[in-house]
Amino acid sequence: MSMGLTIIITGALVAASCGFLGCFLILRRMAMLGDAISHAVLPGIVIAFLMSGSRDSLPMLLGAAALGLLCTFFIQSLRSQGVQSDAAISVTFTALFAIGVILVSLYTRQVDLDLDCVLYGEIAYVPWDTLYLFGNNIGPKAIWGVGTAFILSFLVVGLFFKEFKIVSFDPQMAAALGIPVLLIHYLLMGLVSITTVASFESVGAILVVAMLTVPSATAYLLTDRLETMLAISVGVGILSSLFGYWLSLIFNASIAGSMTVAAGIFFILAFLFSPLHGVVTRWLIRRKMRAATDQP
Amino acid sequence: MNVLTQIQQFFSDPNTLWVLSGTILLGVSSGVIGSFAFLRKRGLMGDVLAHAALPGICLAFMLTGSKNPLFFLIGATVTGILASMAINTITRFSRIKEDTSLALVLSVFFGVGIVFLTQIQHTNYGNQSGLDKFLFGQSASLVGDDVWVMGGVAIALLLFSLLLFKEFKLLCFDPGFGRSLGFPVGLLDLILMLMLVLAVVIGLQAAGVVLMAALIITPAAAARYWTERLDIMLVLSAFLGGLSGALGTLFSATTANLPTGPLIVVAATMIFLISLVFSPRRGLLSKAIRLAATRKQMARERVLQFLYENREQGYFDPLNTEMILWKYPMSRRRLKSALASLTKDGWIQVEQKGGSFFIRGTGEGWVQAYETVLRTRMTEVWMMHENEIGGNIREEGSTTGEIPPDLFEPLWNLLVKHGREPKWNPKSDSIAGEGGNVP
Amino acid sequence: MQTSNRPVSVRDLSVAYHRKPVLRDVQFDAPEGKLIGIVGPNGAGKSTLIKAIMNLLPLTGGEVQIYGKPYKEQRALVGYVPQRESVDWDFPTSALDVVLMGRYGKLGWFRKPKAADREYAMDCLDKVGMADFAKRQISQLSGGQQQRVFLARSLAQDARIYFMDEPFVGVDAATEKAIIRILNELKTQKKTVLVVHHDLQTVREYFDWLLMLNMRQIAFGPTSEVFTTDNLQKTYGGRLTVLPDLPEPVAETR
Ligand SMILES: Nc1ncnc2c1ncn2[C@@H]1O[C@H](COP(=O)(O)OP(=O)(O)OP(=O)(O)O)[C@@H](O)[C@H]1O
Ligand SMILES: [Mg+2]
Repeated sequence: MSMGLTIIITGALVAASCGFLGCFLILRRMAMLGDAISHAVLPGIVIAFLMSGSRDSLPMLLGAAALGLLCTFFIQSLRSQGVQSDAAISVTFTALFAIGVILVSLYTRQVDLDLDCVLYGEIAYVPWDTLYLFGNNIGPKAIWGVGTAFILSFLVVGLFFKEFKIVSFDPQMAAALGIPVLLIHYLLMGLVSITTVASFESVGAILVVAMLTVPSATAYLLTDRLETMLAISVGVGILSSLFGYWLSLIFNASIAGSMTVAAGIFFILAFLFSPLHGVVTRWLIRRKMRAATDQP
Repeated sequence: MNVLTQIQQFFSDPNTLWVLSGTILLGVSSGVIGSFAFLRKRGLMGDVLAHAALPGICLAFMLTGSKNPLFFLIGATVTGILASMAINTITRFSRIKEDTSLALVLSVFFGVGIVFLTQIQHTNYGNQSGLDKFLFGQSASLVGDDVWVMGGVAIALLLFSLLLFKEFKLLCFDPGFGRSLGFPVGLLDLILMLMLVLAVVIGLQAAGVVLMAALIITPAAAARYWTERLDIMLVLSAFLGGLSGALGTLFSATTANLPTGPLIVVAATMIFLISLVFSPRRGLLSKAIRLAATRKQMARERVLQFLYENREQGYFDPLNTEMILWKYPMSRRRLKSALASLTKDGWIQVEQKGGSFFIRGTGEGWVQAYETVLRTRMTEVWMMHENEIGGNIREEGSTTGEIPPDLFEPLWNLLVKHGREPKWNPKSDSIAGEGGNVP
Repeated sequence: MQTSNRPVSVRDLSVAYHRKPVLRDVQFDAPEGKLIGIVGPNGAGKSTLIKAIMNLLPLTGGEVQIYGKPYKEQRALVGYVPQRESVDWDFPTSALDVVLMGRYGKLGWFRKPKAADREYAMDCLDKVGMADFAKRQISQLSGGQQQRVFLARSLAQDARIYFMDEPFVGVDAATEKAIIRILNELKTQKKTVLVVHHDLQTVREYFDWLLMLNMRQIAFGPTSEVFTTDNLQKTYGGRLTVLPDLPEPVAETR
């Protein structure tokens, strides 16, 4: 596999799985959760590192995923106690991140972690970090990790689609119908944690946060059906990774950064020209109508 | 070396003193601005603006080629304002919700910043290593000049919040109404965001992204628990922010090489958690206690009412407790605790006969039962004649419906009119026998 | 207690938000297959009562049973028409889809709505006169139409007891009559409907039974028996100047 292709595939997988879950996040008004999780996992990584004593990625992944879930648990508990949503998110992730940094400096001799690398992983290195099974090179680790996360999310959401949908739309009604709202909530949170963790190790937190929100927000402007929104979001995510990679080659800039910028450009296009909700579209329609009424 | 001498030493070190005053100022100013952001449901703005500073810093560096913090400040402020304008535009002109547009702007601006950063690296602008320091913060390196800048900005911010207090209050509570009153809501919002940007940007180099995100919201969220008034909340939030700064700095200076920033966050979080649990009105503990107390009070009233009503109807024997449950369903545990506390007060006596329990009132108990029933029935007729009687039944805060003394007389007359007056008065009973109706 | 066949049985219920109970002495057994109105002035505790029955608020005393069992075990039997503000109307979904959500409880895990469910949902939409709007995105419906979609959804839920908090707010007269017709139809299927209602003029016409509340229960019983001047005076604390028996509109002086 060529290097470029590997990077594109990884980016597309990240975009697809994040875009998929991101739709539910923005519909549940929890878009900032990706950012929160990507900061809050730090203590999990440090503890996993201290306990396993290795820089092996599996324990770190588990530690990070555990902390991600814990973070969503804290946020949910605070919210259920009547704490305003933005405060609950902010207080939780800043506290967890701070604890992480304190842990790092407490065990600074044992921890030989490059924080920048953990939190701001670079997708450009993906092709070199390959996985071996029985001594055979089975391809880049990132693709396996993110691919697994994607398939998992796809399966779970597919199985519980109607539950995810009603819990996002009207949790009170869902509870009245006997649907375990909290369980579905944590299922979604667990998927987001796993996907975030699996992705940012290889592509960096910023790309994950971007892919969780930007493509799904774009899709939100383009359709009025949830199923379509999911599909468009995945599509826009994949396009962003392609387009972003191309941009990064042209400008010789960070790949993850360029993919984010590409997604941003798609969003702006949808914001302006979406056939349903675009700013320019609506303006044009209004102008046409005014013209029609002016000269009947 | 004991802690006291450590602290003494700490205060004699001018460098740490600078750091201390810096972190306190930071806490105070972001506490005040954060309160408005919190009430505007924009608490996460701190996080967003801190991220949005990156492209500004990079741009400033690319344009000037220098690492002068002033240029960084200007660059970060410009992109911060751009970011908040982008957020406003997106939420205003599309159906995208606030939280989504925050996350969107955060990631796209930061992505642009990263692109710039790699540009700088690749095109060899020379040493760019200082750039991320600006973003990730090092309060240990605060020097005199920085603190002066912080102090100046903090005081300016405080003054502005004081001047525009009423306007900001309206903006946070009901912007639509503000617009209808003729306030330039858009402009006010911009000023508030500008102030927020300033508070975040001056904090960044000392504190870093995450600390700024925390300092904006955590003290404000904590302060909200202690008061229902905005002015008090502002003062309190400023105080708690400053306190977090001081505690974090002191702790960091007295323990070996723990970083100041995260300790400040931890201190602020502690203060928040304490507020969440222990604050007197909205705290979890007081809510739980209040619920339990009201439940118990309710159960006690039911027992007394039951006793009295049976006696009123001429039933003099001790009453089987099962009958209470039949009339007023409650858990056995609650009934038991109510009976126990009434016995402890000496208001009732409980006897066991066979497998059942029987209760009877004591002298004091009958008086209390009479008072309870009188109060309940008076509230009842009060409600029926709210319009003619006046007064505020719904007033909240008093325990179960005290009757204002000046309403006693008219309410009694109404009770008599409806035939609802308690027919047996234990107080006059001992003198006048059955039927003494005068309260 | 011998009331296990009663749809809703409330005994000595009291609820407090802070120290002072805002609702107490509520005690009634709702009969099956009746349209029951809940009336009372603003702040009487009508919404509080519904929330307390549906376990959304902690009780300070008393108990609630739905067909003889706690609400938790009987959720599937209870339909709820919440106030319109409670959901995000920008959600990417159509009117029909929202109504279809009412079927989710019956479907159980993993199964997708079938054509039969779709038809059922369509029927419900048709009943509330919204069939033409089935494909519309929900934010493009007017307030009254949204209210009707909610009603259709609760019909699709096929519950045995319905709670509706002010379903007629923002609804035109024709729609109000249409909704009442649907509620009467539910009645013939032995369903019990509790409706918070404000318009005293129509109480006699709409409801078989009446619960009159003002921080405590004033009266409960067949409308013809309890809807009296005396009870109304008690419920509204003497604030009603013109009583609904008279042809003039009711005026509340506050
Ligand atoms: N969350 C709350 N916290 C404190 N008090 C509350 C709360 N919600 C309601 N109350 C109080 O409880 C009482 C009953 O309120 P409720 O909403 O049940 O009235 P309602 O009968 O539905 O009135 P309306 O006709 O205006 O809808 C009111 O006095 C109100 O002030
Ligand atoms: Mg109400």
